Amino acid sequence: MKPLAQPIVESKQSLFLLAMLGFVVLPLLYSADVLTIGQINMIGRYMTFAILALGLDLLWGYVGILSLCQFTFFCLGAYAMGMHLAHHGGPEGIIDANGWKLPACLFVVYPYDIGESSGDALVPAFWKPFWNLPLTIILGLLIPTVCSFVLGYFVFRSRVRGVYFAILSQAIAVAGWLVFCRNDVKLCGTNGLTRFDVIAPVESLTTFHPVEAKDQWIASHNADMSQDLNADGKLDQLDYSMADVGFSLAEPNVQLSLYFITLACLFGSFFLCKWIVNSRLGRVLVAIRDDEPTLNFFGYKPHNYKIFAFCIAAALAGLAGMLYIPQMKIVTPANMEAVRSVLVVVWVAVGGRGTLRGAILGALTVNLLYNYLTSEHDYGLFSWSPDYWPIFLGLAFVLVVLYLPNGLIELVDRVRDKFGTNSHALKKE
Amino acid sequence: MSVEVHKGTEDSKPVDENSYLSKYRDFLPSKIKREIWSSEFLLFVENLSVSFDGFKAVDIPCYGIRHGELRVIIGPNGAGKTTFCDLVSGKTAPSTGTVYYDGVNITQMDESDIALKGIGRKFQTPTVFDSLTTYENLLLALPGNQHWQDNLLNRESEEEKNNIFEILEKVNLSDCRDMPAKSLSHGQRQWLAISALIISKPKLLLVDEPAAGLTDLETERTADLLMELAEDHTLVVIEHDMDFVRRLGQKVTVLNEGRVLAEGSLEEMETNEEVMEAYLGR
Repeated sequence: MKPLAQPIVESKQSLFLLAMLGFVVLPLLYSADVLTIGQINMIGRYMTFAILALGLDLLWGYVGILSLCQFTFFCLGAYAMGMHLAHHGGPEGIIDANGWKLPACLFVVYPYDIGESSGDALVPAFWKPFWNLPLTIILGLLIPTVCSFVLGYFVFRSRVRGVYFAILSQAIAVAGWLVFCRNDVKLCGTNGLTRFDVIAPVESLTTFHPVEAKDQWIASHNADMSQDLNADGKLDQLDYSMADVGFSLAEPNVQLSLYFITLACLFGSFFLCKWIVNSRLGRVLVAIRDDEPTLNFFGYKPHNYKIFAFCIAAALAGLAGMLYIPQMKIVTPANMEAVRSVLVVVWVAVGGRGTLRGAILGALTVNLLYNYLTSEHDYGLFSWSPDYWPIFLGLAFVLVVLYLPNGLIELVDRVRDKFGTNSHALKKE
Repeated sequence: MSVEVHKGTEDSKPVDENSYLSKYRDFLPSKIKREIWSSEFLLFVENLSVSFDGFKAVDIPCYGIRHGELRVIIGPNGAGKTTFCDLVSGKTAPSTGTVYYDGVNITQMDESDIALKGIGRKFQTPTVFDSLTTYENLLLALPGNQHWQDNLLNRESEEEKNNIFEILEKVNLSDCRDMPAKSLSHGQRQWLAISALIISKPKLLLVDEPAAGLTDLETERTADLLMELAEDHTLVVIEHDMDFVRRLGQKVTVLNEGRVLAEGSLEEMETNEEVMEAYLGR
């Protein structure tokens, strides 16, 4: 195994390549109609997985904490953004007694008490902060971070380590999934959040309440009867709920923008992680992986460092979730299933544990392969069936572990060293 | 017989003048003023014992290390030497008794707080961080940056860098500065572990078998290094290798079955029947 903590070896070339590919080549291919917006959208979603993988790599590759609940944190971010989008979602649903519009997805599966009818449905209090977009973004980062802090505080301080932590985190993933599946927590149960319509309407930036937003809207469209969509002679809440505000998620340009935002966030996350692992703190994280007990005798408190890394990973997962939702347009508890969090480990292991580039490479490669290999292909002599995918993934995992213990990134480095003299000089330096 | 064998209860038995107990019993922190014992002793343990599944691994009524002393602890396998270090450094919690260091009770503190108070520890097997380079290993050992907030933003100062280079020069590791510690030889790892201990600037150093697995030449140099350290540090050295102990030429404490058997110069110990019996078996 090569030394993991040497920043000199991390080349800038592959990063430059990724930036070129992401910011220039793919958009060009899209404008030349080689790629459809759906495919751009898909790559954008896979990049959110890459952000998630970066967080796990920081945890597992550098600190040695195998966390099997990263998708739970991802979903906390996703549900935060999902609630926001549902607030501003399609015209279905009703206006409740307090003037809040009950989102369509919640209206369908609202858990009424005995004797209640559809008129008694109320938007739950915990939904309300998510009306406002900046607040949603803050909460989407804060909720996973606080959850991971509380978990980490109790678990790492009691020195739960290694496989015990892995099992515990897996149990938490299952528990989270069970909670979100329940209808009466008013998060739409197994149906999940959906019927999203627009993102970032102006009123979601400035107001905290739909009644305020409606008043603002009516005031600004006072004389404009063309906005009176139900033709009842006055501008009211129903007109407002159907009005054309914000950026429609169905617009290709909006999807392209989301793709760019995701790419920028991926780079931001990468540089954040890089900064952390190259700092003195990064050395301590690696030292924890190597020999945690000894670190105590130098006066360090390893649990604080582990909590820090765990919180960063959870915040990145939350960010990834928030970016994923507007591109997927639905979030269900299926995303929280325990097996999903294990898959993140597979991405990181395949890409290259302990190198940040490896995590990105792994997440993108495995998911793109997944996308390609879960449809039917006829190769003449042999036809590929989607059923073969788990076998393929298992084989790929075993082969990588056996022959490329440092992951695919090692292969990339070998090829680069063979053909690029430039990078060789960089390595020797 | 000039050296008394301690049986646990000091009052029930008449105590000989040369007994190790008599040197410490006047300084029991529970009985006298703090200023008196803390001006004499850097480390003092009182009534210290620990049992594992009913087996008493360490049972010491009173024992201390004076300021600026280099004390060698010897004893047969399983005598409780390492366990004694574990108790002092906070790795193991004692069943009974108290550990005082630098005038305060540190019995309940955890290992990192004890380390921050200035007790450094080198383990039997050299514990270095394998994936980190030699330089980075020493970087982490530097004092004053143990909190995570400091670590995220601070970079090492020129002074700290020079400090590391200096010590690497001293232990002949300058050429391996940027090599990961896992590629070092056993002797180099031992020295790296000792260097890390030195650079962390502790007041009291607990050095557990510094000569284990070293060649004769390396052993010699390690002894010289420890002697040099002893000039301005307080050291407790645990060692099996009698040649090494002889080379250090310091006062020796013999532990056996968790108890302090005798104390004195190595020559005295070698003529002491009890000690020889403990070493050769009965």
